Parts: sequence; C-alpha cells; structure tokens
Amino acid sequence: MAKKKNWYDYLWIVSTLYIILGFFNILFAWLGLLCFLIPLVMSLTGGKKGYCNRYCGRGQLLTLLGKKFSKNLPIPKWISSKWFRYGFLAFFLTMFFNMTFSTYLVFAGTNSLKEVVTLLWSFSLPWHFASSSAPVAHWVKQFAFGFYSLMLTSTLLGLVTMVLFRPRTWCVYCPMGTMTQLVCKAKYKE
Amino acid sequence: MKKIATLSRNACVSCGCCETACPKNAIEIYNGIYAKVDQDRCIGCGLCKKACPADIISIKEVDSIG
Repeated sequence: MAKKKNWYDYLWIVSTLYIILGFFNILFAWLGLLCFLIPLVMSLTGGKKGYCNRYCGRGQLLTLLGKKFSKNLPIPKWISSKWFRYGFLAFFLTMFFNMTFSTYLVFAGTNSLKEVVTLLWSFSLPWHFASSSAPVAHWVKQFAFGFYSLMLTSTLLGLVTMVLFRPRTWCVYCPMGTMTQLVCKAKYKE
Repeated sequence: MKKIATLSRNACVSCGCCETACPKNAIEIYNGIYAKVDQDRCIGCGLCKKACPADIISIKEVDSIG
C-alpha cells in the first residue's frame, strides 16, 4: 500500500521552481539560503538530520528523475570515502566564502557588478537577461548571481551523478549533508 | 534462519534514504549519525539496500531469535 503523502513530499516542486526562476529574475537566488540555513539550524537545535530525508526538495527531485533516468549503478568507493566527502565540503565552503568576498568587493565599490553565472567554478555564462530591474544595491545582485552559480553547479553535479550512478548519489557528498552529520557527531559525541 | 539488513555505521552518510524506503519502519537515523536497524522489525526485504546511495547495506542471513 502506498504511503500517505504529506505536504513536504512535494518540496521537489519548490526546488524545480527555484532553478527555473533563476532564469527570469536572479534575485530569487537569495531564497536558496534557506537550503543552507534550515538544515544547519535543524541539526543544531535537535532536529538532527531530519531535513535530508524529509524536507530536501533536491533529494526528492533526484529520486523522481532517477526512476526514469538513473542507470542505478553502484557508486565508485572514493565518492563515499571520508577524504572526498570532507574535502568536497571544504572546497564548497571555500568557494562560498570566495563568493561572499566577491560580493563584499562590489559592496565596497572595488569591483563592478558582473552579471554572469559561473558553472563548475570555471565557465562564466552571460546571465544579464535575468538581471532584476528592481532598485536594489549592486552587491545584492552580485550575491544572487554568485549564489545561483553555486546552486546551479551543485544541481548539475547532482543530475550527472544521478544518471551515472544511484538516483541520490548527490546525498553521499552533499556538503550540507556532510556538515549536518558533523554537527550531529559533535553534538552527540560520536 | 532469517534475513536482515546490516550496514557499516562508519561508512553511513545518514541521508535517510533507507529510513524512507523501509516498509516496516525498522530503520532510524540514530542521532543523525548513522542508520540503525531494528533486527526484530527487519524482514530483510532489501528495499533499503536498493535505496542506499552509498551502497553500504547488505542483506545477511542470521539465526532467528525466539
């Protein structure tokens, strides 16, 4: 018998909308911060890893798409190794702070606004078509471009590994998943 | 003999995919750190093994207790 669906079983729609909206108005990218803050706050306040298998829209989306497109092959062992998971978390955080610093440089007037989305931290795509006409400071837009780059890149990585291996391979090396597991390990002394 | 799911706690990424897949609610993510299988509830159906993205679950035969 199929399990009764809850409201949070439809959060994959929110994740899909998030990616789509970034093509129309880059300021929506700010909403992605919720995907960083909610799991972190949950793990710090006793919610443990509840976000991952209940509220993660990206995970749900990968499960759904995986039913049709995944080769469902075992992942290479190195992806689930600690050095790769922690290394990817460290790399991801470095890139996040790098992006925040770029935002600061625009805020300080040192750099001008760059209306580009950078995929895989390397390939800059012109994204001026999604630049908002709202009267907001340039640094607000710069953060949105940078954050959307991060979200689009991680979605792309999730999709590629979903096709090549198991549907939710992304969950194995998801930086938020690794970080919240570390929080739980520290909190519950394991 | 009875079939049950077993896993390496150290290798678990605690994503919860197995917990969601289990039809008997026999798995919980213990303190957000690793998946813990309730051996009494587990029927060894293998749905958790299929759902685990890290491939750390195996189905083993054990002597049934009681």
